[in-house]
Amino acid sequence: MFEKALQGSRKYWALVCFLAALAGLGFILLLWQLKVGLKITGMSRDVSWGFYIAQFTYLVGVAAGGVMVALPCYFHNYKVFGRITVLGEFLAVAAIVMCLLFIIIDLGKPMRCLNVLLHPTPNSILFWDMVVLNVYLLLNLIVGWMALESERYEVPPPKWVKFLAYFSVVWAPCIHIVTAFIYSGLPGRHFWLTAIMAPRFLASAFAAGPSFIVLFCLIIRKFTKFDPGKQAIQTLGKIITYTIIINFCFFLFEVFTTFYSQIPEHMNHFKYLFVGLKGHAKLVPWMWVSLIGMFIVCILLAIPAIRRNEGSLAFCCVLVIITTWIDKGLGLVTGGFVPNPLEEITEYWPTVPEALITLGVWATGFLVLTILYKVAISINEELGE
Amino acid sequence: MRINRRKFLKIASISVLGFGVKPTIDLFAGHEAKAKIKKSPKALRAKRWAMVIDLRKMNEEIAKKCIEACHLFHNVPHIPDKKREIKWIWTEPFEHAFPGQSHEFLGTELIEKPVLVLCNNCDNPPCVQVCPTKATFKREDGIVMMDMHRCIGCRFCMAACPYGSRSFNWMDPRPYIEKENPEYPTREKGVVEKCDFCAERLDKGLMPLCVEASEGAIIFGDLEDPESEVRRVLRERYSIQRKPELGTGPSIFYLI
Ligand code: SF4
Ligand code: SF4
Repeated sequence: MFEKALQGSRKYWALVCFLAALAGLGFILLLWQLKVGLKITGMSRDVSWGFYIAQFTYLVGVAAGGVMVALPCYFHNYKVFGRITVLGEFLAVAAIVMCLLFIIIDLGKPMRCLNVLLHPTPNSILFWDMVVLNVYLLLNLIVGWMALESERYEVPPPKWVKFLAYFSVVWAPCIHIVTAFIYSGLPGRHFWLTAIMAPRFLASAFAAGPSFIVLFCLIIRKFTKFDPGKQAIQTLGKIITYTIIINFCFFLFEVFTTFYSQIPEHMNHFKYLFVGLKGHAKLVPWMWVSLIGMFIVCILLAIPAIRRNEGSLAFCCVLVIITTWIDKGLGLVTGGFVPNPLEEITEYWPTVPEALITLGVWATGFLVLTILYKVAISINEELGE
Repeated sequence: MRINRRKFLKIASISVLGFGVKPTIDLFAGHEAKAKIKKSPKALRAKRWAMVIDLRKMNEEIAKKCIEACHLFHNVPHIPDKKREIKWIWTEPFEHAFPGQSHEFLGTELIEKPVLVLCNNCDNPPCVQVCPTKATFKREDGIVMMDMHRCIGCRFCMAACPYGSRSFNWMDPRPYIEKENPEYPTREKGVVEKCDFCAERLDKGLMPLCVEASEGAIIFGDLEDPESEVRRVLRERYSIQRKPELGTGPSIFYLI
């Protein structure tokens, strides 16, 4: 089936080349980082995780969000999603590839990363995160690929694939729960020390993941002969509506606990993010954009007319992606480190090389996605003819 | 650390056989070598090492001496960029060292006190719990050690330590070492480091460097031994720990 990825229009190749160029640029900068160390990033003794880990956190959500397509399809036999489950699965593959890349480039000694396997440490959440991510990657790759192949030859997929598909649906939330646990069990990091961390992660994941899929469906319909179906897009729209509202509520619950209890250590992080602390306020405008944007998108999506219109739905999806990205990819990690345990403030902002390496990883992910989608779409086009 | 770990161990075991350095190296090696090699008879032993810092005796000058003694010996680089600095032991104002135990009506004497802070070598260390490679581990005598040859530089331990005790080598530290001490290894970029209560000196029968330099302001001993000096002062004077409410069980106590 892979040959489908090797034959395409000029537009397809232009996209592939563009993404490959970005990835290449990131790779060159990464080599430089390997040579001189992580000092080329904006991270510091106080904010020891930055953009890389934040992107990883966000993308785990995107990967887990793909399950919102698979679950109705496999568990409730919701046929409408039949044509797009493979899109969800391949999105998960691409997102996990990015996650793993982000973890590896964030290591101070990436060549030692096998130490995690050589000295398995069950008490470290990072160990489990590695396990769940890799398993999920494999599951999606296998299930997606096999489903597509059986579709192509118009035979029912083998039984074991079905079993793996069910299994991957159960597995998906785990990747995000475990990732949330990386943060939520740490003493002295009050911003993260909350039991609602994992539910919040899941809610935003189940909003962001399907938003990506809706956008991809619309793009695919526009540029190819494959139609994912109007009904599927609408159902996804409803899923996004509920999950983003839940996500917003979870945030408010957190704010209530923090500010009603009046515990300064808890409040300080929120203050830093939303009003600034002791004159430090780098993230304030971003956080407000995220918060207000998320509120607006909740209202918009709740209005059926807006949700039904594919143009405005697409706009809402973009807004969901941007606002949840700011929340996870910017606020969550930095906000947990500032102020530091000694109540001192060191701000963080990614440097240019750091941002370009990040872009390179995103490009790599999208390259993987483009190629996988190309295969999926070509086969669907063939079947449609 | 210019040589790899196995080579280092080999050379070390041939060259310094048993005379003090060896036991520490075993610890760096994890637990594999333990059965074969005995500790030097001179080594100081304890069930749980602990430090008591007397804030009444401590002052700017003594603190500086302690820091210098530690950093010079351990080849801690002097990096001017505050964001990238490496420190094993340093001073903080009272309100930063004890954020939960400070208030606005504190006497000026305490407010102005430089509080020496370092890794607490916690009894229940979160940094050990999170490390995915066991590069951070706790010895039987309570010291939390770093195997810098195993560390992958994920910095999970830095996120987990509620005292900001750990430093990461964002770059090659060697150009920033003013005078290299050949008796102690230097580090490479990409690994985490911290104070380890001078474990290699204890194995030679010597007290930690900061204790020696402190002119009596720091007392070091076995917390489990009721007869020890540390226990005596803790019985007699009022002491506090940093963030005791987190349950990490810091092994450093401050007399106020
Ligand atoms: S002070 Fe921090 S680094 Fe030291 S043992 Fe405790 S948690 Fe670990
Ligand atoms: S940075 Fe090194 S010592 Fe710290 S948790 Fe990771 S592997 Fe362990």
